[in-house]
Amino acid sequence: MSVALEKGLLRVCATADVPLGEGRPVTVGDRRVAVFHTESGWYALDDSCPHRGGPLSDGILADRCVACPLHDRRFGLADGAALTDGAAVAAHRVIVRGEGVHLEIAEELEQAA
Amino acid sequence: MDAQGIAIVGGGIAGQALCEALRERDPDLAITLICGESCLPYDRVRLSEILVSGEEPSALQLRPDEWYADRRVEVLTGRTVAALDAESAALTFAGGERRSFSKVALCTGSRPLMPPIPGLDKEGVIPFRGPEDCETIRAAAADGARVAVIGGGLLGLEAAYGVASQGCPVTVVHLMDRLMERQLDSGAAAMLQPAMEALGVTVLLEHGTEEVTGNGRATGLRFAGDVQLDSDLVVVSVGIAANTSLATDAGLETARGVLVDDLMRTSAERVVAVGECAEHRGVVYGLVAPIFEQAKVAADTLLGVPGSAYEGSLQWAKLKVMGVDLVSIGRAEGSQEAVTADAGRPSYRKLVVEDGRAAGAILLGDTRGTEALLDAIRSAGEVSDPLERLAEAATATAAELPESAQVCDCNGVCKGELVEAMREGGCGSAREVMAVTRAGTGCGSCKPMVKEIVALENGGAAEEPAFLCPCMRQTREQLALQIRADGHEAVSDVTAACGTGRDCGLCKPALAYLVSEIRENRHREERSARFINDRVHANIQNDGTFSVVPRMYGGVTTPDQLRRIADAAEKYGARMVKVTGGQRIDLLGIRKADLPEVWRDIGMPSGHAYAKAVRTVKTCVGTDFCRFGLGDAIDLGVQMEREWEGLHTPAKVKSGVSGCPRNCAEATVKDIGAVAVEGAWQLRVGGAAGGSVREADVLATLDDAGEVLRVATILLQYYREHGDYKERLYDFVPRIGLDQIRAIVLDPEQGAALLERFRIAKAAVTDPWLERDEPYHPRQFDGLDEATAERELPMLVGPPEGAAR
Ligand code: SRM
Ligand SMILES: Cc1cc2nc3c(=O)[nH]c(=O)nc-3n(C[C@H](O)[C@H](O)[C@H](O)COP(=O)(O)OP(=O)(O)OC[C@H]3O[C@@H](n4cnc5c(N)ncnc54)[C@H](O)[C@@H]3O)c2cc1C
Ligand code: SF4
Ligand code: FES
Repeated sequence: MSVALEKGLLRVCATADVPLGEGRPVTVGDRRVAVFHTESGWYALDDSCPHRGGPLSDGILADRCVACPLHDRRFGLADGAALTDGAAVAAHRVIVRGEGVHLEIAEELEQAA
Repeated sequence: MDAQGIAIVGGGIAGQALCEALRERDPDLAITLICGESCLPYDRVRLSEILVSGEEPSALQLRPDEWYADRRVEVLTGRTVAALDAESAALTFAGGERRSFSKVALCTGSRPLMPPIPGLDKEGVIPFRGPEDCETIRAAAADGARVAVIGGGLLGLEAAYGVASQGCPVTVVHLMDRLMERQLDSGAAAMLQPAMEALGVTVLLEHGTEEVTGNGRATGLRFAGDVQLDSDLVVVSVGIAANTSLATDAGLETARGVLVDDLMRTSAERVVAVGECAEHRGVVYGLVAPIFEQAKVAADTLLGVPGSAYEGSLQWAKLKVMGVDLVSIGRAEGSQEAVTADAGRPSYRKLVVEDGRAAGAILLGDTRGTEALLDAIRSAGEVSDPLERLAEAATATAAELPESAQVCDCNGVCKGELVEAMREGGCGSAREVMAVTRAGTGCGSCKPMVKEIVALENGGAAEEPAFLCPCMRQTREQLALQIRADGHEAVSDVTAACGTGRDCGLCKPALAYLVSEIRENRHREERSARFINDRVHANIQNDGTFSVVPRMYGGVTTPDQLRRIADAAEKYGARMVKVTGGQRIDLLGIRKADLPEVWRDIGMPSGHAYAKAVRTVKTCVGTDFCRFGLGDAIDLGVQMEREWEGLHTPAKVKSGVSGCPRNCAEATVKDIGAVAVEGAWQLRVGGAAGGSVREADVLATLDDAGEVLRVATILLQYYREHGDYKERLYDFVPRIGLDQIRAIVLDPEQGAALLERFRIAKAAVTDPWLERDEPYHPRQFDGLDEATAERELPMLVGPPEGAAR
C-alpha cells in the first residue's frame, strides 16, 4: 500500500530506492507502475508491456527510452510512445520533492488506487 | 445518426485489416467496427498455438485496447447485425437499433460446416473455430478425455496435434482414403500419416461417421458396419461455410460467398465484402494472406481511390504442427510432375508443371526453397526441366529471391525490407539489419538467409565492418583501441567519449562485455548497462519470474546437493524442477526477491545459465565406468568447467567431453569439445546443434588431457578477445579461419601470452551469487512494494509550485 499525501500525489519511494539507470515496479491499487531513475530525470510507465506483459521495470534504459526485457520493444520514457512496433504504454508524471519520489495520479490510477 | 462513415460488419482478421487499411489512407474517416464476438479482433490462425501452450486467448488479440481509442475507431463488441438495407447502407442490430452509414463492408467470415450426421447436436461435440473451443478441448484433456476429430484436413490435423500435445488419446476420422486430400497427392499423404502417428495421433481413413452416439452427451462415434469408437469429446472440422445470410436477405448476389468483383464491390453499390465471406472469381478463400490484399483494394474502393484491383491469390498453406514440416502451394497434381522422395529421412518434394509453367508444389519433411517456389508459382514462371528446378530450389540463393519473398516468418519480414534497411537505413551488417527489421529475432531459423541477402547486397563480398552498434558506427576493434588508449573503465566513460555520445541501449551490454574483457574484469561495473539477467544473475521468464540453475561440474552431483535443491524448490515454490539439456537442474518460476535466499539455501555456485559466459561442460561416464571408455571424460570435463567457470565470453560457450568416439556427450556439436580416441584426444571447436547444426572442426589431436585443457583454454581466451558480441564460436571459427586459429593458439609464444591474460582475468572472477550477502544496491532484488515500511513514515510536503520534474 502507498500513502497519499495531497490529492493526486502518491509517495512511492525515496530517491535512493531506485539505482541510477534502473527501474523498479510499484503497486498502485491493482495496477503495476514502473518507476525509472535516469540521468535526465525520473519517469513512470505502466509496468506491463503491451506485447506480452513483459515487466518494463526490468528493461534496459538508454536515450530516454526503455527496452522491454522479453522481446526488446522500446518505449519513450516521457510519453510511453512505442518506438518499435505495436501499441504505446501509459505514462505517468513523477514529481520529486526532497528525498521523496511521487507519482502524480492520473484519474485512471486514482480509480485503481 | 446521420449517414456518415463506414461500417465494418465483422471483427475478424478481415474486419481488422480493412479497418487498418482505411485508417492508413484517411486519418479522419469515421469508422465503426462491429464485432459479433464479445472480444476485440484476434488472430484466429494462431488458435492451435494457444491450444498447445495454454496461453490466455487474450494473447492472440491483434491490437491492444488503446489502439482503437488512439485511432478513433468506434468498436462495438458482442453486437450482431441482424439486417442490412443495401440501398441506404443502414444496419439494424439485434435488439432493434438502426444506424445509417455512407458505406458498409461485409467481413462476416464463415462458420464451421456441420455435416448432416445424426447426433451432432449432442453435448461434447464442438467445432474448432474460436478460443472457446480451445478452452473446451483443454478442459476435456485435463480430465483425460478420449477425443475424436472428424476431418483429416489441415485444421483437423492441427486440432488433433493440439489434443495430442495435452497428452490425450486422439483419433482422426477421415472420410477419404488419404489425409489432406485437397492439398496433397497420395505420395505425400502416405508420408504425412506416419509423421502424425508418431505424434500420438491415431488415423482412421475411409471412415464415414453415421452417428454420434450417447444419451444427450456424446460417448462415441458409430461407423458403417456398426463399428464403434469411444470418445468423450468430438471435434468436427470438415470445412467452412461463408456467412452470407445478411447479404442474401438484403438482396445481394451470393453463391458460395458474397459475390465481389475485382474492386471488392458486391452487387450493391454501397457495399463491399472482404475475407472468408466473399467469393471472388469463383473462389472463396479460407486463408489469411488473400485478406490483406483484398482489404487494401476494398479500402481504395470505399474511399474512391482509383487504380487498384484484386486479381486473386495463390493458395498456399503451411501445416502448423510441431515436427511435421509441410508446405503445399497451388495445385497438387498436374500434367507434368517432378518428385523426389526419401523414405528414410523422410522427405517428399514435388513440383507440378502445367503447360510448361510452375503451377504447384508440395514440400514435406524438407521445405528448403519454399520462398523460391512460391515465387515461381505465383508468377507462373516457365519451367523447362521440373526436376532440375526442384533441385535448384533446394539450394536457391538469396540472389534469386524476389524482393517480395518473405524471409522471416516470425516477424513477417520480406527480402525487400532487408534490402531497404541497408540502402536507406544505413545498415551495413547482418546484425544491424536484424536489429532494425527484427528479422531473425524470432526462432532464428532464417538467419542464414538474412546473412546471405546482406552479403549479396554488399556486392557478394564480405560484410561491411560489423559496427558494434548501429548508433556508434564504430567497430569492436576501434572501440577496443580507444578503451585501451584512454583507459576507460566503465560503459558510461565509453559512451561519453566515443560515437555520438548517445547510447541506444542495443549496444550497452556489448560495451559492458568489451570493457570488462579489456580491463581483465577489473573494470567499474555499471549494472544499468546490463540486461536484467546480468543484474540479478538469473534468467527472466515469460511471466517475469526467474530461473535458477546452479553449477554441477561436468553434470556430476551428490545426494546432498539434490537434497538442498529439493528443499529450496519446495520452500520457495518453484513452479517446476527440470533436468536441463545441459546436464544440470533448473528451478523455474522463482520470484526475483527470493533469489538471494534460494542461492543461500542451495549453497552451490552460479551456473551462469543466464549469461553470455561459460555454461556447461557435458561429460559422459568415460573410463570410470564405461566398458568402451578410452579417456577419463568426467575428470577432464570437471577440470575444464572449474578452470573456466565465471568467465564471460562474447556469446555463450557450451562444451562437452566424450570418453570415446561413440561420443555420448555430443562433443562434436559443442562450441568446444574433446573426444578421447585410441591413445589421444581430439580437440574440436565451432560445433553447433541449436538453431543451426555444424560439426565442430578438429583443432588438434593431443596426447593427454592436460594438453587438451591448456590448448582449449588458450582458444577460449583468443575468442574472448576477438569474438564479436553475440558471435558464437560456430560463427567465429569460420570467420577467422581454422588455419589462422591453429597458427595462433598452437604457437608457443602467443599461446603463453594468451594463457597469461586468461589467468589475470580469471583471478578477478567471483561467484555472482555471493551478491546475496553483498548486493550492489540495497534494492538489487526488490521492487518498491518491498519498501513499504519506509513509505509509511510521515513526510513533509513542500509547496506545490516547488514541484520539479
Ligand atoms: C534450460 C534449457 C532447456 C532445458 O530445459 O533443457 C535452455 C533454456 C533456454 N535456452 Fe537453450 N536451453 C538449454 C539448453 C540448450 C541446448 C543444449 C545444450 O546446451 O546442450 C542448446 C543447443 C546448443 C547451443 O547452444 O547451440 C540450446 C540452444 C539455445 C539457443 C540457440 C543458440 C544458437 O545459436 O543456435 C538459444 C537462443 C540464443 O542463445 O539466442 C537458447 C536460449 C535459451 C533461453 C535462455 C531463452 C531465453 O533467452 O530466455 C531459455 C531459457 C528458458 C527459461 O525460461 O529459463 N538456447 N539450449 C537448457 C539449459 C542448459 C543448461 O543447463 O544451461
Ligand atoms: C484453427 C484455425 C487455424 C487456421 N490456420 C490458418 C493458417 O495457418 N493459415 C491461413 O492462411 N489461414 C488459417 N486459418 C483460416 C483463417 O483463420 C481465416 O481465413 C480468417 O481468420 C478469416 O477471417 P475473416 O475475418 O474473413 O472471418 P472470421 O474470422 O470468421 O471473422 C468474421 C467475424 O465476423 C463476425 N460476424 C459474422 N456475422 C456477423 C454479424 N452479422 N454481425 C456482427 N458480426 C458478425 C463473426 O463473429 C466473426 O468474429 C485458420 C483457421 C482456423 C479456425
Ligand atoms: S527452452 Fe530453448 S527450445 Fe525451449 S522454448 Fe525456450 S529457447 Fe526454445
Ligand atoms: S513482452 Fe515486451 S516486447 Fe514482448
